[in-house]
Amino acid sequence: MSKITVSATVNGDAADFVCDATETLLDVLRDRLGLTGAKEGCGTGDCGACSVILNDRLVCACLVLGAEAQGAKIETVEGLANGETLHPLQRKFIEHAALQCGVCTPGFLVAAKSLIDHNPDPTEEQVRYWLAGNLCRCTGYDKIVRAVLDAAAEMREANHAA
Amino acid sequence: MRYETPATIEAAVGLIAAETGIARVLSGGTDLLVQLKAGMIEPDLVVDLKRIAATREITAEAGGFRIGSAVSAASLREHKALRAAWPGIIEGLKLIGSTQVQGRATLTGNLCNASPAADSVPCLVAAGASARIVGPSGKRDIPVQDVPAGPGRTNLAKGELVESIFIPAAAAHTGSCYLRFTPRTEMDIAVVSAGVSVTLDASGTCTAACIVLGAVAARVTIAEEAAKAIIGTKVDEAALAKMQAAASAAATPIDDKRGTKEFRIEVAGVLARRAVEKALERARGK
Repeated sequence: MSKITVSATVNGDAADFVCDATETLLDVLRDRLGLTGAKEGCGTGDCGACSVILNDRLVCACLVLGAEAQGAKIETVEGLANGETLHPLQRKFIEHAALQCGVCTPGFLVAAKSLIDHNPDPTEEQVRYWLAGNLCRCTGYDKIVRAVLDAAAEMREANHAA
Repeated sequence: MRYETPATIEAAVGLIAAETGIARVLSGGTDLLVQLKAGMIEPDLVVDLKRIAATREITAEAGGFRIGSAVSAASLREHKALRAAWPGIIEGLKLIGSTQVQGRATLTGNLCNASPAADSVPCLVAAGASARIVGPSGKRDIPVQDVPAGPGRTNLAKGELVESIFIPAAAAHTGSCYLRFTPRTEMDIAVVSAGVSVTLDASGTCTAACIVLGAVAARVTIAEEAAKAIIGTKVDEAALAKMQAAASAAATPIDDKRGTKEFRIEVAGVLARRAVEKALERARGK
C-alpha cells in the first residue's frame, strides 16, 4: 500500500508526515509526530480522550483519518502551555485537583479551550453540556467544571485588563 | 484501502462508480470510522468529499437552504436563519452525540447511515426536505424519507451519492419541534422520537401539519392520520387527543433492550403531542 504525504499545521508549526489511508489522526499524532498528549480511550468517539481542535472545531482525533489533515490547522494539548508557563486551564486543573489518573485530562483541557474560544463566559450548564463527550472515571465532574469556570473567569479578567 | 479526494462531484461519482470492490463516501466520518475500527466494513476505496467546495456550503435557494453533504452539525447550529426557520431540525442535530461528534457529523451522513433512530431525520421529513442524488446517469431529487431503505441500508444505486439536502422555506406561522425519549439526558440513542411541523393561518386554524416518528419502525414513520386529526382544526384538546391516539396507532416498533413495543407505542403518542404543543407555541409566535 502506498503511503499518503500530508502537510498540516500542528500547534502553529508546519508538520509533514506520511501515513497509510487507514491511519487515524490520533495514530498520526501519537506514532508519527510523537505528540502523545491525545489518548486513545475507546477509539470510537465515545470518550473524548483524543480531543483535538481541527480547523477551529473540537473533534475526536480517533474519528478523523490522518490523510484528512492535509492543509488543516490542528491544536493539541501540547500547544496549550507557553513554554514553561501553563495555560490558565492547566493551572486551574491543578489548583482544583481536577484530575487523578490523568488519562482524560488532555482531552478535557482541549475541549475546555475550545469552549472558551467559542464562549468566553459559559454558564455551569453550558460547561457540562459542552464536556458531555469527555468521560472521566476518577474524579467525578464537579472539580473539572469548577476548574473550567474559574479559568474562564480569570481569562476574561486578563482580557479586560489588557 | 485507497483514499481519494476528488475536486468535483462528478469526479467523486466517477471514482465510486468505477470501483469494483467496496467503496464508501467520507464526509464527517463519525459513523464510517467507527465501522472501520470495528471491522464491520473493509472498503477498497474511501472517497472524501470535503475538497469539493459545494459540499461544505450552506446556500440560500428559493427562500430555503441547500446544505452541502459535508456541512457539520456545529456549522448548522450556528446558522441563524436556519435556526429561526426550522428550530426542530436544530433540536435534532443538537442531540447527536457530543460536541466532538457534532464538529464533524453531517445531516447527509445521519440520513445515509440509515438508522431508524437518527435524530436529524424526523424533522427534515416534517419540513419537506429533499436529497439531491448524483450518479453516473445524472442528478435527481427525492424526498429525504426515500433515502433509507431499512436499518443501515439506502436506496442509492451503485455509483450514487447524496450531494446536498434542500430544506424549503418555512411558510408563515409555521412551527417545528423535535423531541425524543432516552433513559439519559445526553449522549444516547432515541428509544422513540417525534419531529413535527405545524402551519396555522391568521385565525389560528391549522392548515398543514406533518407528524413524523423515529425509532418505531425500520424507517421513519409519517403519521398521516395524526396530521389529519389536527389539520382544519384550531388544535384544541379534542384534536390533540385524536392526534395523539393516531400517532400511537401509526407506531409499529420492535421490542429490544432499549424499550418494549408497548412502551414505544404509548410514548410515540405522548411525544407527538408534546412536540405539536411546542410547535404550535412557535407557530403562534411568528
